[in-house]
Amino acid sequence: MTTWPILSVTTFLPVVGALIVYLSRGDDEAAQRNSRWIALWTTLITFAVSVILVMRFDPSNADFQFVEKANWLATGITYHMGVDGISLPLVILTTAIMPFCIIASWKAITSRVREYMMAFLILETLMVGTFSALDLVLFYLFFEGGLIPMFLIIGVWGGPRRVYASFKFFLYTLLGSVLMLLAIMALYWNGGTTDIPTLMHTAVPRGLQTWAWLAFFASFAVKMPMWPVHTWLPDAHVEAPTAGSVVLAAILLKMGGYGFLRFSLPMFPLASHDFAPLIFTLSAIAIIYTSLVALMQEDMKKLIAYSSVAHMGFVTMGIFAGTMQGVAGGMFQMISHGIVSGALFLCVGIVYDRLHTREIAAYGGLVNRMPLYALTFMVFTMANVGLPGTSGFVGEFMTLIGTFKVSITTAFFASFGVILSAAYALWLYRKVVFGALVKPSLMSMKDLTLRECVTLFPLIALTILFGVYPKPVLDMSAASVQQLVNNYNTAVTAVKAAALLQ
Amino acid sequence: MVQAIVFLPLLGAILAGLIALVGAHGRNPSGDEVEHHGDHGHGHDAHASTAHDDHGDDAHDDHGHGPVEPAAAGSRGAELITTALLFVSAALSWMTLVDVGFMHHDARVQLLPWIFSGDLQVWWTLRVDTLTAVMLVVVTTVSSLVHLYSIGYMDEDPYRPRFFGYLSLFTFAMLMLVTADNLVQLFFGWEGVGLASYLLIGFWYQKPSANAAAIKAFVVNRVGDFGFALGIFAIFMLVGSTDFETIFHAAPGLTGKTINFLGWHADALTLTCLLLFMGAMGKSAQFLLHTWLPDAMEGPTPVSALIHAATMVTAGVFMVARLSPLFELAPNAQAVVMFFGATTAFFAATIGLVQNDIKRIVAYSTCSQLGYMFVAMGAGAYSVGMFHLFTHAFFKALLFLGSGSVIYAMHHEQDIRNMGGLWKKIPYTYAVMVVGTLALTGFPLTAGYFSKDAIIESAYAAHNPFAMYGFLMTVVAAGLTSFYSWRLIFKTFHGEPHDEHHYEAAHESPIWMLIPIGVLAVGSILAGFPFKELFAGHGIEEFFRESVKMNPHIIEEMHHIPATIAFLPTVMMVVGFLISYLFYIQRPYIPVQLAKEQPGLYQFLLNKWYFDELYDVIFVRPAKWIGYQLWKKGDGFIIDGFGPDGVSARVLDVTRNVVKIQTGYLYHYAFAMLIGAAGLITWFMFGFGGQ
Repeated sequence: MTTWPILSVTTFLPVVGALIVYLSRGDDEAAQRNSRWIALWTTLITFAVSVILVMRFDPSNADFQFVEKANWLATGITYHMGVDGISLPLVILTTAIMPFCIIASWKAITSRVREYMMAFLILETLMVGTFSALDLVLFYLFFEGGLIPMFLIIGVWGGPRRVYASFKFFLYTLLGSVLMLLAIMALYWNGGTTDIPTLMHTAVPRGLQTWAWLAFFASFAVKMPMWPVHTWLPDAHVEAPTAGSVVLAAILLKMGGYGFLRFSLPMFPLASHDFAPLIFTLSAIAIIYTSLVALMQEDMKKLIAYSSVAHMGFVTMGIFAGTMQGVAGGMFQMISHGIVSGALFLCVGIVYDRLHTREIAAYGGLVNRMPLYALTFMVFTMANVGLPGTSGFVGEFMTLIGTFKVSITTAFFASFGVILSAAYALWLYRKVVFGALVKPSLMSMKDLTLRECVTLFPLIALTILFGVYPKPVLDMSAASVQQLVNNYNTAVTAVKAAALLQ
Repeated sequence: MVQAIVFLPLLGAILAGLIALVGAHGRNPSGDEVEHHGDHGHGHDAHASTAHDDHGDDAHDDHGHGPVEPAAAGSRGAELITTALLFVSAALSWMTLVDVGFMHHDARVQLLPWIFSGDLQVWWTLRVDTLTAVMLVVVTTVSSLVHLYSIGYMDEDPYRPRFFGYLSLFTFAMLMLVTADNLVQLFFGWEGVGLASYLLIGFWYQKPSANAAAIKAFVVNRVGDFGFALGIFAIFMLVGSTDFETIFHAAPGLTGKTINFLGWHADALTLTCLLLFMGAMGKSAQFLLHTWLPDAMEGPTPVSALIHAATMVTAGVFMVARLSPLFELAPNAQAVVMFFGATTAFFAATIGLVQNDIKRIVAYSTCSQLGYMFVAMGAGAYSVGMFHLFTHAFFKALLFLGSGSVIYAMHHEQDIRNMGGLWKKIPYTYAVMVVGTLALTGFPLTAGYFSKDAIIESAYAAHNPFAMYGFLMTVVAAGLTSFYSWRLIFKTFHGEPHDEHHYEAAHESPIWMLIPIGVLAVGSILAGFPFKELFAGHGIEEFFRESVKMNPHIIEEMHHIPATIAFLPTVMMVVGFLISYLFYIQRPYIPVQLAKEQPGLYQFLLNKWYFDELYDVIFVRPAKWIGYQLWKKGDGFIIDGFGPDGVSARVLDVTRNVVKIQTGYLYHYAFAMLIGAAGLITWFMFGFGGQ
């Protein structure tokens, strides 16, 4: 259909940008400014190219599109790229969020600007690659490689406890990735190929399903993060620079959910079905547990990080419900959370840039000086709470309604998140924005600048647009999700029928 | 036409919001640099805000809070735009009522697809039938009058565009709620009014008590919404749709089905109705979920009139009426509805007896009257409940706005102990307040007389396990209502002035405020008799048709109950009045003495049956404690202790002397990954690749 490798262009354009940044040597003010502009233009052009993907994408086709295939390493390992309705929304999310990250770092980052921009651009390539790789080895390289720039971003430009945070990050992910690597080998052994579309149609023996599922689960659960392997996230968020937090919350967390949708459910349907109660339990615990913990946080970023864990609980719950609404809702929730949590971290970054503290107690009464900020923060707080009319509602509602059909108990406990999220989010808003402005340090705070408005207002528009009219996103993924759900249910019922016959 | 009714307020909200935003931005410059030039220029902010914290618990200062700033530019514009649009909307609503109620031109307008996924298909749809048309009239009429009133009431507030934006936003959400054609859109309006209520209660955001009340309102409502949401899920599971028509069509087939809910094999319809009713309890401040409503009085008084009396709190009643085909099939759920309604009617009235804040008395009265409406719902007399909703909107809005006029006259004094003798100073307000009180207590031929008596009769005639309970409670509450309503009037307007300073300065409110309360006073008298046949007489079927479930036998039996029963409420009303007269005009020492003799009972009532304290002990504190423990012990000690921190401590022991700590981890990490990738590739190339 396409005459040029549009997906590869989208994927590798940022690396080209990083190369240009690298080549434009110098460390003075002008060089820094240049690298910022180069990075911004690269991400913008990448986004523009990815929009072409959307325009040429055929949403009624459930299969992979824009497929590119080339020989790469050995037999069975190829350079194979392509997107379907599940990965394309995440690709667009990535390319759309990146320009905001660059703009958000415009003034906050003053040291090693070139390296910073390069790290972000390489990160973008690796993230887009993760979502569009159709070969296990290629996927593994992108998936794990993406951690290195993130690691650097936290470790070099992070806060005072950045070493501890990156350390934790490392320990958790190492465990997961090693196990996943073993599972990838086992799959190759079984199917003779690492080609994902082929593997999706290859039957995997039940025993191998269980082990492979667990190995993939270890990796994705950490990424998600699911309870109880979530404790790296609050630390990583707190120490990361604003844009790092945005990428982490908006995109990196989605890799776990994407992994479940791409591998666990289609390749190991029986194991997924067996383990669904485990996932339900962990998700429900995550939602209630982390919401309660969020209630007591003293650090703005930590609070939002914990709320992210709770929201990701809805995603895992919906995905493993295996119903149309559950999976599509999980998909939508990932996109919505990408926008909303990214925006919330931007909101925190804005006051952090002014006062250099994230302690909730240091703020109060900002609305008196920053009405635009108050409005913006209110919109995203409400989206975080899941108010109907914002995108947060659609995802939560769909995952819950999809899960209710399968497990009433899970949906029941998960619905407590509805109450608790209101409590912690509104409490945060009240402490930071409402109240009288009495603290002397806040007297000279100023409202959003044009640059900050540029980063936040488009996200407001998207939050409300997708809350009122989520159809573009839902339609994009509908066919692929439908196919996934059908295959999953067919596999599960076939086994059940066989069990009945015996 | 219905599009115009619903979206004109939204347009007004957006315009007013933009005006507010432009004005606010103009006053507060942009900039991401923090200047450290001291805070000379902003001293007045701090001063103004600390001054607000001085007010005691009883006398909530209710007005003119913001820092002394000039009004935002375009305030008058925002006021006029929103008010004018609301009046247009109200006029169209009355036309719609005639068109739908009498001409039978029901309408359904599909606007936009909303959530489409598999068999879940939710549209944005505007549905107009008689039930909706009645609500349209109530909402837009009260809202437009409240807008007009607020022009006068808020005249000293510098943030009026924001206020009017919120008011119009609320109206829009409420209209979306009543025009919903499916449960999800109903939920949208439901939460939308919750948001507007949150914003308006916390309108004076510098007041800590207002912020606390706003959060409380939102969170307690969320507790109800938790049930509502589960109810929607259950319906979708049973029916496969959230559209009202489909649900009602499928409902008869659901009788006898069971759902396994947490190990309990519940009757599907009963469970669903109870879950949905939980939402109604939250929104309509019924017993157990009522605690937010009195606190919500922290908001400006027009807000209390619009949201916490006439419209939003009646959403629960509307919801039950809308879903009456479901409730009708679940008699056990109806019994629960009646139980909670009757309990609330009595319970809130007892608290109302001893409160001293003028707005809180009216708030508890609202709570109690909502209980009455639910009694009618439980009895199966849905149209009768709607009748009371309709009349109540007029006289309760009147009482609130009248109270606002008193508060305005008394310079923000709200404690009735500091009032007295005001009738000479503000005779117009006095007159309309008396009209409102007559209507509320059910004085013959006023609006409340027809609707309230009809409810009590329907409770008597109902075939419900709690019918007798409902009847007794509502009759007793009628007496209590009369007592506390007249107590309010006597203590406020009669007797000796208790605060000479405020008394001397008292003055009648501006014309902006007097017109709306006059209109509402007329409505409080006229909303009863002409509509009696339509809501509670023989015209019901002709008027409501399919929009609510009918129980002709209840209506029939209501008309044939013994005369003594029919007179009972009126007798109770007179008794309440007489006791009140005795207590507060004839022998004012009696209530004081009574409170001294029965300190336990008095404190119990004064402290609202200790519900706030109880909830604090069993919900709020444990949640905080658990949250803290999970954070420090769960995350910090157990997960991290045995997970990364523990492992890292061991790793550190080994590697301390080998690798420099600062850079080692990154190096390790990249190294591990490289080894992994290399190992994998080697494996393939030499192991399998060769095959």
